[in-house]
Amino acid sequence: MISTQSFRKIKPIIFLVIIAPSFIWSYQLIVGNLGVNPIEKLMDSLGEMALRLIVLTLLISSLNEFKKFRFLIEIRRMIGLFAFFYVSCHFLTYIALDHFFDMNFIIKDIIKRPFITFGFISFVFLIPLAITSPKIILKKIGFKVWKKIHYLIYPAAVLSSVHFYMLVRANKTEPAIYIFLILLLLLYRLYFKIILPQLAR
Amino acid sequence: MKISPLEITSHKNYLNRRKFIKSSIAAGLVLGSSKSIHANHMSDKNLYADQLDEKDNLNSYEDITTYNNFYEFGMGKTDPSENSGNFKPKPWSISIEGLVNSPQIIDLENLLKTVSIEDRVYRLRCVEAWSMVIPWQGFSLSELIKIADPLSSAKFIQFETVFRPDEMPGQKRRLLVWPYVEGLRIDEAMHPLTILSTGMYGHDLLNQSGAPLRLVVPWKYGFKSIKSISSIRFVDKQPDATWSMMAPNEYGFYSNVNNLVDHPRWSQGTERRIGEFKRRKTLPFNGYAEEVSYLYKGMDLRKYY
Repeated sequence: MISTQSFRKIKPIIFLVIIAPSFIWSYQLIVGNLGVNPIEKLMDSLGEMALRLIVLTLLISSLNEFKKFRFLIEIRRMIGLFAFFYVSCHFLTYIALDHFFDMNFIIKDIIKRPFITFGFISFVFLIPLAITSPKIILKKIGFKVWKKIHYLIYPAAVLSSVHFYMLVRANKTEPAIYIFLILLLLLYRLYFKIILPQLAR
Repeated sequence: MKISPLEITSHKNYLNRRKFIKSSIAAGLVLGSSKSIHANHMSDKNLYADQLDEKDNLNSYEDITTYNNFYEFGMGKTDPSENSGNFKPKPWSISIEGLVNSPQIIDLENLLKTVSIEDRVYRLRCVEAWSMVIPWQGFSLSELIKIADPLSSAKFIQFETVFRPDEMPGQKRRLLVWPYVEGLRIDEAMHPLTILSTGMYGHDLLNQSGAPLRLVVPWKYGFKSIKSISSIRFVDKQPDATWSMMAPNEYGFYSNVNNLVDHPRWSQGTERRIGEFKRRKTLPFNGYAEEVSYLYKGMDLRKYY
């Protein structure tokens, strides 16, 4: 079994591994090495990275039920913040590079296109999670309130995977896998949090 | 004359080759001295300058041949260039069937001896809101229609892509309903802008671009321009078309480029020209309104999108 303490030692490595793609993609964008349609490529890569990290935080939460995997909770906050970081970059790319701050168009786009609406709501849901992530704030607002806020990760995750599902033109296998995984992890949590305690009563 | 390694495919029997050499000589270019495909096509750009609209720039050969939607080779944009190596565009024949006086199977090489290959620089607007400017070589579809000699009852044409799952790995999965089919109304097919393309930038079409024969209808979204055509069928009713069967509310039979009719999931008002940073405004009929809008006179283009 991996102890939390020894795991803490490799945390910086995980940090670097997760932050690396953002540097690599920025570099590729600057030197013109992101393919023929670099803005699309950047936006897709950032979005998918964010989605993967969101699924990863959910997975860590679920695995936390098992003592064996409890050490993973050590990196959940970091991964959650990185998910927010990548979602923010994804959103900024859409605003700055894809539509060059044409706010008039962007606002209409967000309202009119369900897949963009979903993506945007998902992003908005993640903001309070990011804000309440420092330990000081957790202490201030109390664990109960904090926990309630952080349940927002589930609708955010569902919306972001649906956002992905809707934008794909054909063969929706890949986004469907994300939706499936997220729903599975959600049901699993519901089982542990709601059904199991009632059965135990 | 020495031919450089830019000969990705052999051209000896194809007219594209001759046409290209001819025009190269005319332009005073020294063929065969360039070191890379890229370098060569940079100089080619001058050849097509007179066909280029004022605000347009040609996209590079590299961009055009590495960023493709051709689901027969996979869904990613680079899949077609990466996965089409096993596809055999030669020999090739096209079956002409349906409501015609002379149904036949034409060998492509024989067909190319009877038609005249021209340069056509067209904008290509993808339904996904990106666009390119491409120097095609090809011949008017109307020439082939004349050979087919359709009956007066023929109102539409259906085109079909070859079905070869062993050579087209995407066809092994049900990404779309195979084979890919598309259609045009006869008057659209007869329009002088509508061509069957056999080449691009003076080369035979590469597999990822729809070798050896593809449709190009520049005022319609790219998916109408069906690739690797194996049959052309003359029919009396509006034929099925792959994307409009798959999602009829998103892709209509006509699919004319229309900045006023949005795709349900995104705007068609603007487009990203590959190679440019800021989006461009999309033009009605992709900038070919003057030439083609009469075809749709009196039609509600919101209904017939």
